[in-house]
Amino acid sequence: MIITKQKELDKILEKLKNRKNIFIVGCAACATKCATGGEDQVQALSVEMSKHGLAILGSMVLDTPCDIRVVKKDLARDDKAQKAESLVLLTCGAGVQAISSVLEDKELVPALDTMFLGTIERLGNFHQFCSLCGDCIIDETGGICPVTRCAKSLVNGPCGGALKGKCEVNSENDCAWITIYDKLKKNKTGIKKYHNIKNNAAVNKPQKVKTR
Amino acid sequence: MTFTETLQTKKFIVTAELFPPKGTNLKPLLEKAELLRGRIDGFNVTDNQRAVMRLGSLAICSILQKQGLEPIMQMTCRDRNRIALESDLLSAAALGIENILILSGDHPSQGDHKEAKVVYDLDPVQLLKTARTLETGVDLAGKKLDGSPKFCLGAVVNPMAEQLDLQLAMVEKKIEAGAQFFQTQPVFEKKLLELFLCKTKDLPVKFLIGVFLLKNSQIAMFMKEKLGINIPDEYIKRLATAASPLDEGIKIAAELISAMKPQVQGVHIMALGLEEHIPEILNKVK
Ligand code: SF4
Ligand code: SF4
Repeated sequence: MIITKQKELDKILEKLKNRKNIFIVGCAACATKCATGGEDQVQALSVEMSKHGLAILGSMVLDTPCDIRVVKKDLARDDKAQKAESLVLLTCGAGVQAISSVLEDKELVPALDTMFLGTIERLGNFHQFCSLCGDCIIDETGGICPVTRCAKSLVNGPCGGALKGKCEVNSENDCAWITIYDKLKKNKTGIKKYHNIKNNAAVNKPQKVKTR
Repeated sequence: MTFTETLQTKKFIVTAELFPPKGTNLKPLLEKAELLRGRIDGFNVTDNQRAVMRLGSLAICSILQKQGLEPIMQMTCRDRNRIALESDLLSAAALGIENILILSGDHPSQGDHKEAKVVYDLDPVQLLKTARTLETGVDLAGKKLDGSPKFCLGAVVNPMAEQLDLQLAMVEKKIEAGAQFFQTQPVFEKKLLELFLCKTKDLPVKFLIGVFLLKNSQIAMFMKEKLGINIPDEYIKRLATAASPLDEGIKIAAELISAMKPQVQGVHIMALGLEEHIPEILNKVK
């Protein structure tokens, strides 16, 4: 799931100074789970903006705003959205751009910052366990990703600075390599195996997938 | 004597760390280096240590080299991708710098440029291997080099780390990748050191054990509490009650070296800006 967080209200309001006819778009997928762009957050933002004297024309929570087909079908055909001058988007960056590719002449104000691909522990508690490196090696590291969970992305073993099992860079995080080591304990070759230099070209931006 | 030659002798090896200035004034550093001429076997020059931006290690190593001092260029994986790392290795070789100490490097979030892009394109094991690859006359892209370098490669290990087995596995991995010597994190505790020495005694490399000059009890407390470095309370007490904490710190460092001397192949002294006191430490070693 894509983890997002809401920008500060002041920053959003600043962008909307003197705008009339604002339309708010939310996301029923990731941003709802994150409680950043679901029905509740769209309502809450709408109330806040009205309090600041902005006229809210309407709002809509799209199923998946990151899907251009959904944007075309549900948002582009909506009367109020069409009339709106500015759209405030409670979606991730992929959603904002799906919308901008369809509604080319509207002013779009992204209201979320897009953070990372998250694993959900429980609602409101997300971890970054994978950083989308395009060259997965965790079959060899006990199912734990050193590229992401080690602050220095060390793929051949620890830096030696962990303290009480916690990372030297941020003591809130477990040292990825101690976690991996504990998992691979029975399998010593697992730790000793040399991991080759990663192919970063696998994630050269912007990426594209075209299978059909 | 080059450091490669020193490593081949039976002599007790002493290296020390010098910190490049923040700025271009080299005078204090060169004065310190001069005080250490003839007293130590290798001058480590740190690479933006603690992720604090400073003058580069390569430039200072080259200057030391020209002055007939033996530099050990520290190279972290933190700031450069493989293109820059390989290129700097070739640059070092072209300037006559042979000794490279490879380490991961403190994370930018711990330094003074916290918003910097974090690189770590290669890890230390991979960088060691990369240096060895360059020696064979090709680069990581498999392209042929016109003139290939020759290095004496070092790596780091923390003998005091909580998971000693894991550290030892790393030592083996680093040796396999090309490390010829190790410089360790500071060691204050005899028992842990003995365990480490016992486990590494058959390895075909030299270990230079880290000795840290504690200048006062506050530093010692900080290292103990914040960095988890095992410093016996006795030392902290001595520093706290001494008339001159620095003199006491010098004494402690000399005692540590004297005690280690029969057991270890050498020491690596970290004086954190007080390098001018290293001769005093060495004079006190029994
Ligand atoms: S190695 Fe880590 S970052 Fe790469 S794909 Fe696998 S889990 Fe994701
Ligand atoms: S302490 Fe562990 S997780 Fe943190 S940087 Fe070092 S090896 Fe990586």
